[in-house]
Amino acid sequence: MRALLRRAPLAASTLVVASAVAVAACSSSGSATPSSSSSSSGSGSSTAKTGLKIFVIPKNLGNPYFTTADSKGTGGALAAISALGDSGTETSGTAATSASQIPAIQAAITKGANALVVSATDPTALCPTLNGAIKRKIPVVTYDSDAPSCRSLFINQASTSAIGTSEVDLLAKQIGDSGEIGIVSAAASATNQNAWIGYMKTELAKYPKIKLVATVYGNDDPATATQVTQGLLEQYPNLKGIISPTTVGILAAAGVLDSAKYRGKVMLTGLGTPDSMKKYVSDGTVKAFELWNPANLGYLAGYAAADIAGGTLKVTQGATFTAGKLGQFTIGADNTVLLGPPTVFDSANINNFNF
Amino acid sequence: MTATLAPHREPGSPAPASSRRLADRVFRIREFGIVAVLVVFVAVTASIQSRFLSSTNIQFILVDATIFALLALGETIVVISRNVDLSVGSVLGLSAFLTARLASNTHGLPLPLVFLAGIGIGLLCGIVNGLMVTIGRVPSLVVTLATLYIIRGADVLIVGGGQVVPSSYYPSFLTISKATVAGIPDLAIVVAVVIAGGAYWLRTYRSGRELYAIGSNPDAARLAGIPMGRRVFTAFALSGAIAGVAGVLWASRYGTVDSTAGTSYELQVVAAVVVGGVAIFGGSGSVVGAAIGALLLQTINSALYVLGVSPNWDQAIAGFLLILAIVLDRLISLRLTASLRRRSARRGA
Repeated sequence: MRALLRRAPLAASTLVVASAVAVAACSSSGSATPSSSSSSSGSGSSTAKTGLKIFVIPKNLGNPYFTTADSKGTGGALAAISALGDSGTETSGTAATSASQIPAIQAAITKGANALVVSATDPTALCPTLNGAIKRKIPVVTYDSDAPSCRSLFINQASTSAIGTSEVDLLAKQIGDSGEIGIVSAAASATNQNAWIGYMKTELAKYPKIKLVATVYGNDDPATATQVTQGLLEQYPNLKGIISPTTVGILAAAGVLDSAKYRGKVMLTGLGTPDSMKKYVSDGTVKAFELWNPANLGYLAGYAAADIAGGTLKVTQGATFTAGKLGQFTIGADNTVLLGPPTVFDSANINNFNF
Repeated sequence: MTATLAPHREPGSPAPASSRRLADRVFRIREFGIVAVLVVFVAVTASIQSRFLSSTNIQFILVDATIFALLALGETIVVISRNVDLSVGSVLGLSAFLTARLASNTHGLPLPLVFLAGIGIGLLCGIVNGLMVTIGRVPSLVVTLATLYIIRGADVLIVGGGQVVPSSYYPSFLTISKATVAGIPDLAIVVAVVIAGGAYWLRTYRSGRELYAIGSNPDAARLAGIPMGRRVFTAFALSGAIAGVAGVLWASRYGTVDSTAGTSYELQVVAAVVVGGVAIFGGSGSVVGAAIGALLLQTINSALYVLGVSPNWDQAIAGFLLILAIVLDRLISLRLTASLRRRSARRGA
């Protein structure tokens, strides 16, 4: 069944590729190849090339978080790309797995992408494909989830350490610095999740009375996340708090805690979108949680990708660029750009946000 | 194997006749084996982690199992007629999203209307399946495999990147799956009644019996004048409508609905049906068995979470337990059939 699922889109993309090659063959005499012209314009003119094809490839399609990050309507990646006069396309598989994302990346390369904006489902599995793009001088900008060894630039939503430590601090304040806590994560292989959890463990050393008893994985599926949260609560009846650094996980966990038995007794914090969490903040199930603005993250990634492909931004440490409405950014160590500190949402401010 | 050797070693100490007859009757129930496996599994899990039997956990398991038990009811009706419906997961997903959106956009809407909408969506999908199988004469495996993707595709198109979140419902929608009577979820009671109704229909009504006839020998059924097309069509329509209802329950249960709801549920439902003793090539089995099969699968899932089994292991272990359950069920029923045959042979002699 799986094989059939994969084969259908593959056949479709082969068709698209075939026709794209045919079109390219017809027009090849007229236009110069992108790779040769980009190297010449990098040194001389400061005006960016426009009309470039930039593909935005989130972990999966149909994921509300990425829809906010990528869409033109929300002011995400596609908005930045079209503001710079380039044409952006969002594409990916329907499942958040590397097996589903890799064909989408390959198709984008074959369609003549001038830049890729990618949220990596898996840092290692994607590398051969992404390195293939870099070899063809197609810049690869990762956002949300990094693939450190095979990209040009990473747009970091918030520093990994800041998210890990601030979530522990938020929860510690709510449970009075002591008691058993658990983590409801996404997939066991998710890069960003594991990096945040790593920093959480480091930060927990500051709270000797808090004990992290278990990390469970909801795979960003509402049903699974609900069930693992239930299992966690049954296994550890003295649990005082839960951290869920994923928008699907925190919603599912809040749904489980939304009962007389747990409300106010088990605290919950993590990463969530304000719109989806409003009910639980207003009825007291959740006191405070945090997130960056996903649309701003996408916008910055789209802007950087267009600037690099257009020849106005060279990826070197210390280089600065202005990303439209968001202001000026500097490329930091390890070719990373930091979006900024996460926003904490609580009953006082949650109604001011709408995403 | 051992069962065939057993008669020689039978000690032959006759129990009082009445109690033996009762025992015979219990053992003769086809579902006895699977119930025994369930009881053993729950006992073993509870002996490791006593909180597995806490009232909240039992409620959680029952509510999760009701959704699968409902799907298994529809699937059993189809499988008995020597067909299969692989589109149930996609139908559930589509119904879950559309009814959730309905429940969040129109707050004054009475709940029964939300359920009617779910039934309608499911029924429509079931009718399409049924028409293609009966009039189009395409094997149901192919038809429903196609509609699995078509309906999921439609779902993805409609939902786009959106989702319905719990904050947007009116409160009574979320409490459907939370209300309890004497510690038992309302939902489990209602679904148990529905399944009992389904079992009664299949067992006693002519249209129900004819599904078994079609499944055990289609040619003979046709010669006997059974309206095969109409019966099989009804089976698919019912399966679709039931999956539509399951979609409403899913939305109420998990709150957050996006385009992935119910993905790959068809495999779990077929597994539940087979574990419950329904013959995959039709003609035999019961909806009660399938419902218990669904309960067993959910219990296994929940046990792995409650015991804190590493996520790297839980799928492999779940599959292994499934095989173990089927083997145990077969062993128990073989043993029982052999011993019952011995007894009746002795009584006849």
